[in-house]
Amino acid sequence: MASASVYRGAGFDFSNTVRNSFLEQRGVPLPKATSTGTTIVGCLFKDGIVLGADTRATEGPIVADKNCEKIHFISDNIRCCGAGTAADTEFTTALIASNMEMHALSTGRKPRVVTAMTMLKQMLYRYQGHIGAALVLGGVDATGPQLFTIHPHGSTDKLPYVTMGSGSLAAMAVFEAGWKPDMERQEALDLVTAAISAGIFNDLGSGSNVDACVITADRTEMLRNFVKPNERVEKERRYVFRRGTTAYKSEQIRSLVVEETVTRTGEAMDTS
Amino acid sequence: MSIMQYNGGSVIAMVGKDCVAIASDLRLGVQSLSITSDFEKVFPVTDRLFIGLPGLATDVTTLREQFRYRVNMYTIKEEREIEPQTFAQLVSSTLYERRFGPYFIEPVIAGMQKTPAGGYAPFIAATDLIGCLNFAKDFVVAGTASEKLFGVAEGLWEPDMEAEDLFETISQTLLNAVDRDAFSGWGAVVHLITKDQVITRKLKGRMD
Repeated sequence: MASASVYRGAGFDFSNTVRNSFLEQRGVPLPKATSTGTTIVGCLFKDGIVLGADTRATEGPIVADKNCEKIHFISDNIRCCGAGTAADTEFTTALIASNMEMHALSTGRKPRVVTAMTMLKQMLYRYQGHIGAALVLGGVDATGPQLFTIHPHGSTDKLPYVTMGSGSLAAMAVFEAGWKPDMERQEALDLVTAAISAGIFNDLGSGSNVDACVITADRTEMLRNFVKPNERVEKERRYVFRRGTTAYKSEQIRSLVVEETVTRTGEAMDTS
Repeated sequence: MSIMQYNGGSVIAMVGKDCVAIASDLRLGVQSLSITSDFEKVFPVTDRLFIGLPGLATDVTTLREQFRYRVNMYTIKEEREIEPQTFAQLVSSTLYERRFGPYFIEPVIAGMQKTPAGGYAPFIAATDLIGCLNFAKDFVVAGTASEKLFGVAEGLWEPDMEAEDLFETISQTLLNAVDRDAFSGWGAVVHLITKDQVITRKLKGRMD
């Protein structure tokens, strides 16, 4: 089998930075990336962890995605909520998920949350805050339920209830008022929903739906769009244009159907 | 002025019933001076897959060649055509590789994705300039007229449009949005992709 080499060196490519910093020097501001002006939370309860997130992605004042996913997979028993630069949270968690799988395979053990936390903080510290990922990491492992926050510069906290992102103040207010030790699953889920809702309705950077994830020792339950408090109502009128409204100057049609006609030639084979 | 506005241009993609459409304007300018009205920003990747590259024109050309190379390598190595979903990941990682020195492009991807049942399902996606993917179920926009496109598309798009209705909706969305954007316009092109054909139409638009 022919096989072509597509090898590329690992890591970031800085070959555009000379050009880009020249432009910046000339007074051209560099454009900003999609950020998840976000509300993400995590909360410890009797038998596990509940993680929560809103689903709005913003580009400055524009809502870029009305239903994005901010609870990322790390391993079967570990999930991670991401706030900050959207691409950074996406790729950082994907990289650590990959490394955690390799780690689990080489040690032959179920991966621990501290391992993921250490990998994340060491990576983020190495990049000195330039990778703008603010994370809430939660899961249940051999040592029990674990909940961490990781800041873009690599510092970490280990607390029973945590919030991050632009809606963190709104969400923390709810936690401070309502959190108590050894809650039941439903109580914790309700509290997380209330905290995320506080972010959705009071923080402009957060919005749309509530995503939640309940992790216990025996299973992980991802509750995508757990609550949808901002469903768009059906349009009262249809706004389709009459066909032929748009004038066009030229048209080119490329058919992808392969037409084939079989022409028989000669005599049929004698099969008697 | 931001470098994203330097050459101007916008792209939009929309989902319909068993079809997708991707459209762009045709302007290339240098700030407020218009240079050409035949600068296409939407390129075919496979038979049923297109990519739109609005942004800095030099990077449009560079990335177009980069993706052509990488898709060709994929096709040779895998001995099959790339699927839209896979291609979206390829675009995303290509851009994120340059996280700290990005290309000034915000790609839009539209195509028909093979389903396990053997049919085709519409697929659209967009990324920001460092490769953060946005899989929308309705429409995606990018470029200098993106704010206007968001507004018009939000009002005009509706689910399950037939191919010809989708053509009218995407065309009117684009045309009306770019008319309110100084850096986009000067004609437009629409690609309408269905299971078994691709229709490309050049639209009549304002030339100012």
